[in-house]
This record gives sequence, C-alpha cells and structure tokens, in this order.
Amino acid sequence: MKSKSRNLYLIPYVIWIALFVVTPILLVLYYSFFDIEGHFTIDNYKKFFTPVYLKMTFNSFWYAFLITFFTLIIAYPTAYLLTKTKHKQLWLLLIILPSWINLLLKAYAFIGIFGTYGAANSLFEVMGMGSKQLLFTDFSFIFVSVYIFLPFMILPIFNALDELNPSLIDASNDLGASPWTTFRRVIFPLTLDGVKSGCQVVFIPALSLFMLTRLIAGNRVITLGTAIEQHFLVTQDWGMGSTIAVFLIIAMVLIMVLTGKRKRGIL
Amino acid sequence: MKKKSKLSSIYLVIVFLILYAPIFYLMFYSFNSGGTMYQFEGFTLDWYRELFDDTRLLIIVLNTVIIALLSAVISTILGVAGALAIYYARRRRVKNTLLSLNNVLIVSPDVIIGASFLILFTIIGIKLGFVSVLLAHIAFSVPIVVIMVLPKIEEMSTSMIYAALDLGASRWDVLTKVILPYITPGIFAGFFMALTYSLDDFAVTFFVTGNGFTTLSVEIYSLARRGVSLNINALSTLLFVFTMILVVGYYFVTKRNNRSNGLGVKL
Repeated sequence: MKSKSRNLYLIPYVIWIALFVVTPILLVLYYSFFDIEGHFTIDNYKKFFTPVYLKMTFNSFWYAFLITFFTLIIAYPTAYLLTKTKHKQLWLLLIILPSWINLLLKAYAFIGIFGTYGAANSLFEVMGMGSKQLLFTDFSFIFVSVYIFLPFMILPIFNALDELNPSLIDASNDLGASPWTTFRRVIFPLTLDGVKSGCQVVFIPALSLFMLTRLIAGNRVITLGTAIEQHFLVTQDWGMGSTIAVFLIIAMVLIMVLTGKRKRGIL
Repeated sequence: MKKKSKLSSIYLVIVFLILYAPIFYLMFYSFNSGGTMYQFEGFTLDWYRELFDDTRLLIIVLNTVIIALLSAVISTILGVAGALAIYYARRRRVKNTLLSLNNVLIVSPDVIIGASFLILFTIIGIKLGFVSVLLAHIAFSVPIVVIMVLPKIEEMSTSMIYAALDLGASRWDVLTKVILPYITPGIFAGFFMALTYSLDDFAVTFFVTGNGFTTLSVEIYSLARRGVSLNINALSTLLFVFTMILVVGYYFVTKRNNRSNGLGVKL
C-alpha cells in the first residue's frame, strides 16, 4: 500500500519523460536515416562529412568558442568585483535583470544601435573615426551574443566566488603570495566549477543560435543551429536537419562530459 | 588600493551601462515622432496609440499570456509530481536516472528541442498551432519546476512526515497539510520561472507554431526581419515594465523563501 501510493507521483512524470524527453531524441535519430523523399539511407551522414558541412561545423565551433571566450573574459572580473560590493545580491539581481527581457527585443535594439546611422556610428563620428559598417559583420554577431550570454556566465562564477572561504586568500597573502599568484593558484582553481558551468551554459546555446545569425549577422554566419532551422523550416529536408541535430547532440554530450564536475579523488 | 577600487567601480559601471543601453535605447526611441531609431525629432505617444489600435497584435499578446499562464500552471503541477517522484525514489540509481533525464531538456539547445518536437507533433498528428505550442511550453517548463522544487523537498526533515503519520494523518493529509505548505515558496519560484521561460521563448515556439498562430517573440522576430518600426519599441517598453513587475514579484518570493529556511512549517 505504502509503496504503491508513493509510485503514483511517478506516473505523470514518467509519461512526461517518455513523451517529451526520450521519444523526441529517438525520433531525431530515426529521421536522420531518411532522405528528402523518404527513402532509408545513410547518405545524410555521408553528406555531413563533405567539406561544406565540415567547414560549417568548424565555423560553428569557432564562433561558439570566441563567444564563450569573450564572455568569460568580461564575466569573471565582473563577478569578482560584484562579490566585493556592499549590496551584492541587489547588484547581482540588476545584472541578471536584462536577461529577463525578451531576447528578440534586445537583438532588435542592436539593429538600431549598430545600424548605419545608429548610436555606435554616431559615437565613432564624434571620436573622429568615421562611420563603419557594423551590422551584418562578425563583430556585431559576437558582440551581441556576448551581450546576451553575459548574465548566464556571471551567475555561476559569482556563486562560486561567493562560496570561496576568504581565509584561504588571507592565508595565501600571509604566506607571501602576490595578488596574481593568489588568483592563479588559489582563487581561480577553487572557482573552476563555476567557470565550467558558465562555459557550459554559454557554449552549447552559442552552437545553435539561429535568430541572431539572421538578424544581426545577416545570414553571413551559418551555425549548426541555422542549418538545422533551414533544413526543417525552409528546405523541409528533415533527414539532413536531423543528421546535423544528431551531431549537435553528440557535441553537447561531449561538452557536458568535459566540463562536468569530476568527483574528488578521481583524476 | 584606493585607485584600484576606483578602477573596479568604473569597470562595473561600464558593464552595467552596456547591459542596460539597448533596453533604454529602445525605450527612448519609442517616444520619437521621427519614426526611426537614430534621429530623435520630438516627443510623441503615437506609437503607443498605434500599438493599442492594432487588434492583431493585442490578440498575439493575449495568446502569449494565455500560453504562459496555462503552461506554467500545468508544468508546475507536473513538476511538483516529478520532484516528489524523485524524492520518493528509493534506489540511488533510479533517482540519478530520473534527474539526468530531467536535465536533458534544460541543457538541450533550443533548436534541438524545437526540431524534435516538430517531428513528434507531426507524427502524433497534432495540428501545429495553439495546442502544439502549449504542449511544447509545458514540456520544457517541467524540468525547471522540478529543479526549483526538489531542493525545497530535500531540505525538509523526514521526521515531520513520520510525526504526521504517527499522529494518524493519511498520506493525502501528509501531502496537503505538511509537504505542500512547506514547499510552497519553491512551487511559486518554479511557477514564476516557468512563466518567464514561456513568455521569453522564441526558438522552440518558432518551430512548433503553425501559420495561423504566433506568440509575441515570433511576431517580434518577423517584424524585426522586416526592419525597424517604432511599434516594437513601444511594445518593448511596456514589456520591460511588465517584466520588472514580474521580477520584483519573483525577488520577493525567493527572499521569503530564503528567510523561512529552517523555520519548519509555514502558513
């Protein structure tokens, strides 16, 4: 009786998992073996290993890497300085707040800012640099992506820094370590978990961005996400789209394993 | 030392400025009579008037809100059941499996979720539109609710449940009179998260929405692709205000949540 009533909670939840977690992944895998006419084939996989798709995959990873790198470079000092402020929780909330604004609206704002007569170019004019083509460039794509992901990187790093025991830093200082050594040997290694999960939440979505590539990069940047969207909604080649999705899932799993928390004592 | 803290506050101020610049840029030009996002000609409320006269857009807003509320309510119920199921799972392996499956949708890129749900709904024969969007939103909100509720259940001391059982409470009483009141803050936090995820979602909705049905994000995307129109600015200003209200609500809920830690049964 007891165990039976306990299992009741499992019923709706397991149905949800079966229907919306397991089935979709299996379906993607299944569809990746069909060509556009519905014939069973492994051509999609052959096609994926042609230079066109490999180059796209490489580009996608390269952009995701750049985005993650710049986000980290900006986020780490921000998170560090935030932990030093007086009302740190309030400031953190203010940092997180823009991430609650609809992503599309922020992207749309940048169309205005980076446009030919936009704020950025006006600023350049004032500084005497002349106006530049900003929209539809790699620069604008990476800038806007970093902008959008920044709060997601700051949050885990902030939490890791916040949990750091300050006496460790004092100890390091007392033992004569320079601030840089303290950072490199004490602070950074101890906040590595935060950095890892931050990189995780930035890198994976960055691989699959597709609205930004269209709105900000003007279709010049094609990521794995753009390709999937294109195949599913424009060319209706679900098989090829699924094949790319399979590789994206594999990439995702690899990243999770690489950045996952290792148990203490192992490795 | 003083110089250093000055530099660091300048850094923080710059980060804050960049984070908020696009949002205020949008709001500022929503009052521009010039009709562009680069030359402010004069103050006007015309765009707001136009916005409120646009019945189609109002219907889209209404749709978005209905989808968000419905999906948040349903996913909260499913998520609480899921959290309880994980909590009651006796074997460590079952627990870990459920947790990993739960996290699949959280870490999956939106494109994968969207594409795989598109296949799923097409196969089951669900017409793309209101129902498919609602189901998709429920599906990706459930794990978020679980993540928000589970820690709350886990911090609850089991002796409370045993005490209630010893005092003759039925399992239903235990659930409604002991567990649910205790985890109410977690449930509210989960509900708010689900609500904002649903309001914000673009990528998944973009895949599973048919021709006749759109949500705000999808509509903004197609408007933005067509170019700048200050209606969107007016809309975003209103959305920003609305989001602020939601965030403040969420902030107070979580604050109450933190304060009640370890205080035992509330309400």
